[in-house]
Amino acid sequence: MIGFIFKRFFQSFIVMFLVALLAFTMFNFLGDPVNQMVGIDTTAADREALRERLGLNDPLMVQFGRFVSNAFQFEFGQSYQHKRAVSGLILDRLPATLELSFIAAIFTLVVGVPMGVYTGLHRDSLLSKIFMTISLVGVSLPTFLIGILLIFVFSVQLQWLPSFGRGEVVDFGFWSTGLLTASGWKAVIMPAVTLGLFQMTLIMRLVRSEMLEVLRSDYIKFARARGLANRSINFGHALKNTLVPVITIAGLQLGSLIAFAIITETVFQWPGMGLMFLQAIQVVDIPIMAAYLMLIAFFFVMINMIVDLLYYVVDPRLRVDSSN
Amino acid sequence: MGLRHSLIAVASVAALCVATGAQAKTFKWAFQGDAQSLDPHTLNETFTLGFLSNVYEGLVRRGPDLQILPSLAESWELLDPNHWRFTLRKGVKFHNGNDFNADDVIFTFDRVRMDGSDIKTKVAADTKVVKVDDYTVDIITSKPNPIVYYEWDNVLIMDKEWSEENNATAPTDVTKDANNYAAFNANGTGPFKIVERETDVRTVFKPNADWWDEAKHNVTEGIFTPISSDATRVAALLSGEIDMMYPVPVQDIKRIESNGGTATMTGPELRTIFLGMDQSRDELLYSNIKGKNPFKDKRVREAFYKAIDVDTIRKKIMRNLSTPSAIMVSPFLFSKSAKYERIGYDPESAKALLADAGYPDGFELSMDCPNNRYVNDEAICQAVVAMLAKVGVKVDLLAQPKALYFKKVLDFDTSFYMLGWTPGSFDSWNVMYNLLACRDEKATRAKFNLGGYCNPGVDKLTDEVLVETDPATRDSKIEAAYDMVAEDVGYIPLHQQGLAWAKKDSVDLVQRADNQFMLHFVNVK
Amino acid sequence: MSISTTARALDLLQRAANSDLYHSFRSSKMVMVAAFVSFIMIVGAAFSPILAPHNTLDLASISLIDSLAPPVWMEDGDSRFLLGTDDQGRDMLSAIMHGARVSLFVGFASVIFAMVLGVSLGLISGYAGGFLDAFIMRAAEIQLSFPAILIALLIDGIFRGALDPKTHDELAVYVMILAIGLSFWVQYARTVRSSTLVEKSKEYVEAARVTGLPPFLIVFRHILPNVTGPLLVIATINLALAIITEATLSFLGVGVPPTEPSLGTLIRVGNDFLFSGEWWITIFPGIALAVLVLAVNLLGDWLRDALNPKLR
Repeated sequence: MIGFIFKRFFQSFIVMFLVALLAFTMFNFLGDPVNQMVGIDTTAADREALRERLGLNDPLMVQFGRFVSNAFQFEFGQSYQHKRAVSGLILDRLPATLELSFIAAIFTLVVGVPMGVYTGLHRDSLLSKIFMTISLVGVSLPTFLIGILLIFVFSVQLQWLPSFGRGEVVDFGFWSTGLLTASGWKAVIMPAVTLGLFQMTLIMRLVRSEMLEVLRSDYIKFARARGLANRSINFGHALKNTLVPVITIAGLQLGSLIAFAIITETVFQWPGMGLMFLQAIQVVDIPIMAAYLMLIAFFFVMINMIVDLLYYVVDPRLRVDSSN
Repeated sequence: MGLRHSLIAVASVAALCVATGAQAKTFKWAFQGDAQSLDPHTLNETFTLGFLSNVYEGLVRRGPDLQILPSLAESWELLDPNHWRFTLRKGVKFHNGNDFNADDVIFTFDRVRMDGSDIKTKVAADTKVVKVDDYTVDIITSKPNPIVYYEWDNVLIMDKEWSEENNATAPTDVTKDANNYAAFNANGTGPFKIVERETDVRTVFKPNADWWDEAKHNVTEGIFTPISSDATRVAALLSGEIDMMYPVPVQDIKRIESNGGTATMTGPELRTIFLGMDQSRDELLYSNIKGKNPFKDKRVREAFYKAIDVDTIRKKIMRNLSTPSAIMVSPFLFSKSAKYERIGYDPESAKALLADAGYPDGFELSMDCPNNRYVNDEAICQAVVAMLAKVGVKVDLLAQPKALYFKKVLDFDTSFYMLGWTPGSFDSWNVMYNLLACRDEKATRAKFNLGGYCNPGVDKLTDEVLVETDPATRDSKIEAAYDMVAEDVGYIPLHQQGLAWAKKDSVDLVQRADNQFMLHFVNVK
Repeated sequence: MSISTTARALDLLQRAANSDLYHSFRSSKMVMVAAFVSFIMIVGAAFSPILAPHNTLDLASISLIDSLAPPVWMEDGDSRFLLGTDDQGRDMLSAIMHGARVSLFVGFASVIFAMVLGVSLGLISGYAGGFLDAFIMRAAEIQLSFPAILIALLIDGIFRGALDPKTHDELAVYVMILAIGLSFWVQYARTVRSSTLVEKSKEYVEAARVTGLPPFLIVFRHILPNVTGPLLVIATINLALAIITEATLSFLGVGVPPTEPSLGTLIRVGNDFLFSGEWWITIFPGIALAVLVLAVNLLGDWLRDALNPKLR
């Protein structure tokens, strides 16, 4: 057990190291930071002085060390575009993205799992066919197209829901939440559905195929032979056994949600990190790109590690394997 | 101290009564981007300056028809041709309670001329600002300048004490201290205060109860949201989430009009959209013609002019919301503009001219274009590219967001570009000085003459117009300069783009032709 | 000679007709429709330079005067433009055909790129084992934990910073292929590796090794043909994903530039006109994209189910 955890920690550390290296490379070799900071009329001598002051003339190893130690302190320098510390910008935007992803994740599970169970149990019913068609559409229609259509129907035609922004937010120190106001809830519905639809489809299909496979297995056949009630077989045995992969995927998808938020935030002008990252790419604002990259990598690494550990706890077979 | 405290208390009770007596009127509006900074001297851009003019004020201000009105200066007089005297308004307070006086004016005029300020051109470097007493300031210019204060509505006055206390005596400059306090906090004398701001997300304004002027608006809270996507901005207005927004994408005007409860406000804007050509280099930076510069040949410039069908651009891309333009300034800003006519659209003649100039099969070059700065900028450039293709000129279009675009073209790194210009003083001299005069080595003059067009005659007239005090002579000199530019085909003016704002029927507001939106003209029904 | 060839071909056809694959193909109308639609779209796109009614890529041939014409069946429709025109006067049908060509080109090329990369790495990993295997698989695992779109965005961002904007525009299509390809190789590598591990211990490989064949030949000539089975399914599903990814990036404005528009770029440009009544500029490319991806997905789904004996 300890060995396993240690190994995972070590792996995560390597990943973060590699990502830091990538971010550092981007930071230093793409677009000279000095050129980005000074005007056209700055003299060569002034440029050189600035280079010296920024430490750009130090050996690369020293610079990398400084980059990593700054990153540990959540310090990524100034955004070229916003002229503000990147860390502050990100902290401003983080709550919006996390809230959106969280609501989308809940939507994904609350709708996706029951749909998956149903389609798994009633493979050929009409409703199942409808669900499967919806899921196919969910996979096929790109997120941005779904978002545009939702805005067109619910904001412009029906005028039920707002088409942009977070509505009214309440501040708690560094955290601002839209989940305490009616307008905040109204604002989150369409972005969350748009963001969650693709993942919901995945979860539904996963639950369905796992159910199909489990229901075919010997122990379920045996349970049926023993005359257990359908209900207890379906939910007590079958569903329980499908949960391991569902947990894994759902966990991993949380990371995807945060990443896919880039698209949803763009369509709905949701003031989160994704929108800022996209704008940064368009104008090559490297400090923001590097910081976002590091932060997302950190999220992913943490999520993966937690999922792995959960997996380890839930699935006894893994424990046997690793002790061998 | 005690007295002042109780005064403030009385004032806030009064404000409270007003707020509860009348109903709370929240006004929400949206623009396609956010103000770059709260520092009023960081960026010379129409939107940022207009946005901050709700909070800060200049010595003068402009009314609904852009007429110059007294603001922080009550009156001014010309003592001799180089010597102006400005009498300041008494009893004006900044939002933090500090008094406004001559020291603040001198401080501000110094600050706008420091390195890092983007509005240096509005106050000449050799202008002296002298304090006569606490409420009188003398302005001494090196040359006579009859329009010295024309752009001072955008020289927004800051509080000296506040700036010193907060280490913000220099304009926000990225290279030194990016966290300048003034970039995130505002302390003006204007009709509104900023009470909450999250860059690129939202800014909340509250009325300044102690404003020196009588408030004609009834807004109790103003909420500004930048919405960059055109479609989203339109949708937000249609669904009633916001009360007003601009600019309206021209293709959506009909839809907003046909929707119950919303309307558009359109009018001519003072901005002239034009095409510029690199006429200074011996070889174009981006072309397949080596060893010479085709744009040095007037026939080529004229061919380009004739190849562009600006009427179709007006009908199809601008949906009639533009006025084709024959000179580099809005007809509203120059009395003799009626005599100018565009060279007609004539692709055949354009081909002949190109053949004459030695390019029977045309040539290739690149064009720079912004894609989020002017109304339908990218679409116009695409249309221009297609039209030039028909006369054999193969243009490679590079359309970029304004941040990248300006970085490139302001470095003169371009062969052919599109730009828009509104003279900040609403006067032709600004156009001549910035666009038409010859660019010198260090680009202190004609900084925005990106193609390096140069006619010594125009250059000379530019200096003469500045000091000419007789209006009739002045106008004829301006006319002579515009004649020369037209004769040279130094630029290809396209059109004055239309202003398009949209609002709910339930709000009243004033649309100024300079496209600055002022919250203190708003009334919510 | 020719008789025997014909006979063999006939035999093959016969066998194909009797195969489960063919049978299940015929039994699902949906799949047949999907295959038909995919076929039409691929042919229409691939031969768009010949088939499209207008050449929208030749700027000299488009005219601003024709712009914003509605589809032919609406009032003011122009008989030259079946699906109407965009804001520059381009024929929408032709623009969609050209756009689908770019989308499909990027889709196919990135899938092939991902497949070649993934299969090679998978074979090496499975056959060589040891440190190389551990390294490749760790890299795969790491990458798998990041969504493809993010990796593609990032690679595009790096190129955007490294190249000047003009060069980037010119190379945008290839940058897209690289970016999408690099974000999809993992699945191939993992699948191929696991089958390679199985094949490696089989007798024919042992035999080949004993005869002294170099590992390179063993891997590519003997193992490779035996591990390609599942690749088709992955490739089909990936094709749909690659098309979506490209469209999304182009919609976000960081993909293919408007000078060489893909379906995603068309939708982005048209999006500005959605609310103003000129819905055809965005809706038709949107439908084309949705239908294309749906058809490819259906084929992928069917292939997977048909090839997976467990589900039958």
